[in-house]
Amino acid sequence: MNNSTLSSRWLAAAALASLGLSAPALAQEDPIKVGILHSLSGTMAISESTLKDTMLMLIEQQNKQGGLLGRQLEPVVVDPASDWPLFAEKARELLSQEKVDVIFGNWTSVSRKSVLPVVEELNGLLFYPVQYEGEESSENVFYTGAAPNQQAVPAVDYLMNEVGVERWVLAGTDYVYPRTTNKILEAYLKGHGVADEDIMINYTPFGHSDWQNIVAEIKRFGSEGKKTAVVSTINGDANVPFYRELGNQGIDAADIPVVAFSVGEQELSGIDTAPLVGHLAAWNYFMSVDTDANYDFIDSWIEFTGDEEAVTNDPMEAHYIGFNMWAEAVRKAGTTDVDVVKEAIIGVSVPNLSGGYAAMMPNHHISKPVLIGEIQDNGQFAVVWETPSTVAGDAWSDYLDGSRDLISDWRKPLECGNYNVKEGRCMGSDASEALAQE
Amino acid sequence: MRIPCTFMAPTVMTRIVTLLLSCLLAWLPVAASAQEDNGQALLEALDVRAFSEKAAAIEDVIESQDPRANAWLEALLDGKLQRLKDDGSFVIVTDNVGRQWPVEDALSGESLGEVSRRDLDRITINNALRGQLRSALSMIDLFAESREARQAAAQKLIGKVDAELSETLERRLESEEDDQVRRRLEQAMAVYRLEQGDVQAVERLTGSLNSDIRVALTRASQSDDAAVADAAQRALVSIEQQLKLNRGLETLYFGLSLGSVLVLAAIGLAITFGVMGVINMAHGELIMLGAYTTWAMQQLLPGQPGLAVILSIPAGFLVAALAGIAIERSVIQFLKGRPLETLLATFGVSLILQQLVRTVISPLNRTVVTPEWMSGSLVINDALSLTLNRLYVLGFALVVFAGLMLVMRRTRLGLEVRAVTQNRAMARAMGIRATRVDILTFALGSGVAGLAGVALAQLTNVGPNLGQSYIIDSFMVVVFGGVGNLWGTLVAGMSLGIINQVLEPWAGAVLAKILVLVFIILFIQKRPRGLFPQKGRAAEG
Repeated sequence: MNNSTLSSRWLAAAALASLGLSAPALAQEDPIKVGILHSLSGTMAISESTLKDTMLMLIEQQNKQGGLLGRQLEPVVVDPASDWPLFAEKARELLSQEKVDVIFGNWTSVSRKSVLPVVEELNGLLFYPVQYEGEESSENVFYTGAAPNQQAVPAVDYLMNEVGVERWVLAGTDYVYPRTTNKILEAYLKGHGVADEDIMINYTPFGHSDWQNIVAEIKRFGSEGKKTAVVSTINGDANVPFYRELGNQGIDAADIPVVAFSVGEQELSGIDTAPLVGHLAAWNYFMSVDTDANYDFIDSWIEFTGDEEAVTNDPMEAHYIGFNMWAEAVRKAGTTDVDVVKEAIIGVSVPNLSGGYAAMMPNHHISKPVLIGEIQDNGQFAVVWETPSTVAGDAWSDYLDGSRDLISDWRKPLECGNYNVKEGRCMGSDASEALAQE
Repeated sequence: MRIPCTFMAPTVMTRIVTLLLSCLLAWLPVAASAQEDNGQALLEALDVRAFSEKAAAIEDVIESQDPRANAWLEALLDGKLQRLKDDGSFVIVTDNVGRQWPVEDALSGESLGEVSRRDLDRITINNALRGQLRSALSMIDLFAESREARQAAAQKLIGKVDAELSETLERRLESEEDDQVRRRLEQAMAVYRLEQGDVQAVERLTGSLNSDIRVALTRASQSDDAAVADAAQRALVSIEQQLKLNRGLETLYFGLSLGSVLVLAAIGLAITFGVMGVINMAHGELIMLGAYTTWAMQQLLPGQPGLAVILSIPAGFLVAALAGIAIERSVIQFLKGRPLETLLATFGVSLILQQLVRTVISPLNRTVVTPEWMSGSLVINDALSLTLNRLYVLGFALVVFAGLMLVMRRTRLGLEVRAVTQNRAMARAMGIRATRVDILTFALGSGVAGLAGVALAQLTNVGPNLGQSYIIDSFMVVVFGGVGNLWGTLVAGMSLGIINQVLEPWAGAVLAKILVLVFIILFIQKRPRGLFPQKGRAAEG
């Protein structure tokens, strides 16, 4: 059979599926169904809709190469509409009605937490592509974004050792990721001899747009003679007015650098970056990374979107790695059966886009290089520092009480996401309760 | 010709003096000596991994006095000095947007056409190098023609003067004629003398609000010399008092600026909701349309962001007004007198508009460029500066308010609107075409929302969610101010802005918002008709 007609027929089927209609069976053998659970409407559409497109592109590419195990891949797209409870419903729909073999999805931590019990109950597979606060390890979830030790902690190290920062502003949006990350960072900084009065912590609501007072406060905090930096876990939309206010109040990156964990190429595409040159971001991938793999990825992305100015970002790379890992594990296992794939994927290593390899760890996190980039006037980042080798993701932070003694290892015979080394037992669902009481 | 004559080596401030001398010499017309072969070597040295070696290499470039050095360093500062991967030759990228970049040869300056970005290697710099390059450049600015440049340069020197530099400054002071620049230079010298333990220096620093001076005084107040410590302590106390006053003024400005945003967002609603009584949940999306009009204007007029912003004021009004008419004709006119259904229907319209923008334009935010004359801030003194974009928005809000007042009070339309809302049947009996008045009023309110969007595009994200974040605040302001009263909207918006900004420093942004809401709820309990209740017959309507 002609390959190209086959793939175009499947594209049409994919389009039908994305409209919510069930695709008619075209091939003799059933296709492998890939669920895509990203918001296409509502607040998070700004970030998540590109991830849906990334998945469609990866699936299309895989199908062009003949699919997996001789079967074609079929994307099943649903829209949870930035509504956290709806995420759980849509995940249930994907697993029990559509019977997908794997789900790629979620952005916010709260949406992941809402999907988690469903995926565990129905024994699904979820690949989560965004940097997050850690303190979690589920048998059914694979975390391809950065854990705090793969982003926040190295970034603070860089500022402390290379830039000589002595005073710290931890500014974040008021929800679980910034709060947990800042808790870890605060403990880490105090462990390195930073005094209480040299740490300022500030939280703002989602979509905060009036930053005058906070920026003025940061300016005052930074004008007392000690080198000051801002560690920003400010999320999404609130960043544009924040950076604008920084520029207008004349805070230069050379005086008070801001290192952000949630600002990537896509967020910058909404800002005039000229006043921001020199501010920093910590990620595991930048669009400006100088490797052939990355240039090929960018070329195919621009071709897929048909937009010459389309940008790539870190969560997209995470999906690229996650998808390839899953495909490799399916190939290795010879089946898409969840239990077999779950076991086969541990130890799988695939190339990342920055010239190295990413390996799946027994704790369902992956190894990543940490890159620090400075914002350029063309909306891109220039890498100024990177870890000498890749860093393995740590599910349970070493800097928090209660989480310090936990390890996660889903291999036999341990098979536990929160094994307490001190007590020598698997905490199971106790762990989160114990932590909640902290 | 501007000759790059200085670059500060890391931590070696004293070098500046020698560099400065060479710099002054360089201002004289120098015969450009041919150093073709040397150029390649100089650039080679820049392409090293360690930033410390790079700093040394940059200094070599400066000292070479090569006529092309200026272009090289500027390109380096912008990240546009790059190397071709295949033959290793140095090029300067003239435009780094997209995938194909036009380049020119760094040595000969001739254009090499477009090169794919994957065939180029960038020579990187970091914040440290950037900062040193800039502050070294500020030394040249000390001799610049422009008064502002000299003043800024002198200010940057405060707290950075050492023995050698002080001699240079001493000489510079003799020839400097501008008072402002002199004052800065003297302050810079005084900080240096204070560090040397000179009590007299404190006098010169008293009353200054500059943060570097405050740091120097704080350090001096802990000095072993009792006289110096005492004098510094006293100077600090008086500075603290002045700072407190300035902080108060700053908070007031922040409050007025936030207030002006609230007023702008709410004033259109004060017409449609306040005067006409239509609960329009799509009001936020009309604001969003105004913001997108600004973006579209800037796309139509590339390279002229300022003109585009000015033109988008009438354009934003028109677009939003037309959208308003469409909403009024298609939905609201059929739901007259049924507020609950109007609320639900317009909420639906708001979702439709949002998703329409997401699908047609993009779910991503759009870039609206701030024109040159709107960026930066107006410096009042060292501790107080007013950000220009917000200052413009504040002025714009007041102009829009005055304009609207004029329309409602002084024009026939205003009279008709008031007549129709007070007693529809009677107004019709007097020959007023009530339907036409409805359309025009709704168009006016919507158009003003569009104006708010044009202003907000300068402050916040231009994206599909823009309207959502303002709809609640708008209703809050209108209800608090008193439904149907434009003055009430102005006073309510401004006072809510100020209350919010006063609370924020000690309560945090999240709690401040909650406190303001609680305050309004309690206030409405006490005075259900808001700050300025309608009186007389209009109150019954």
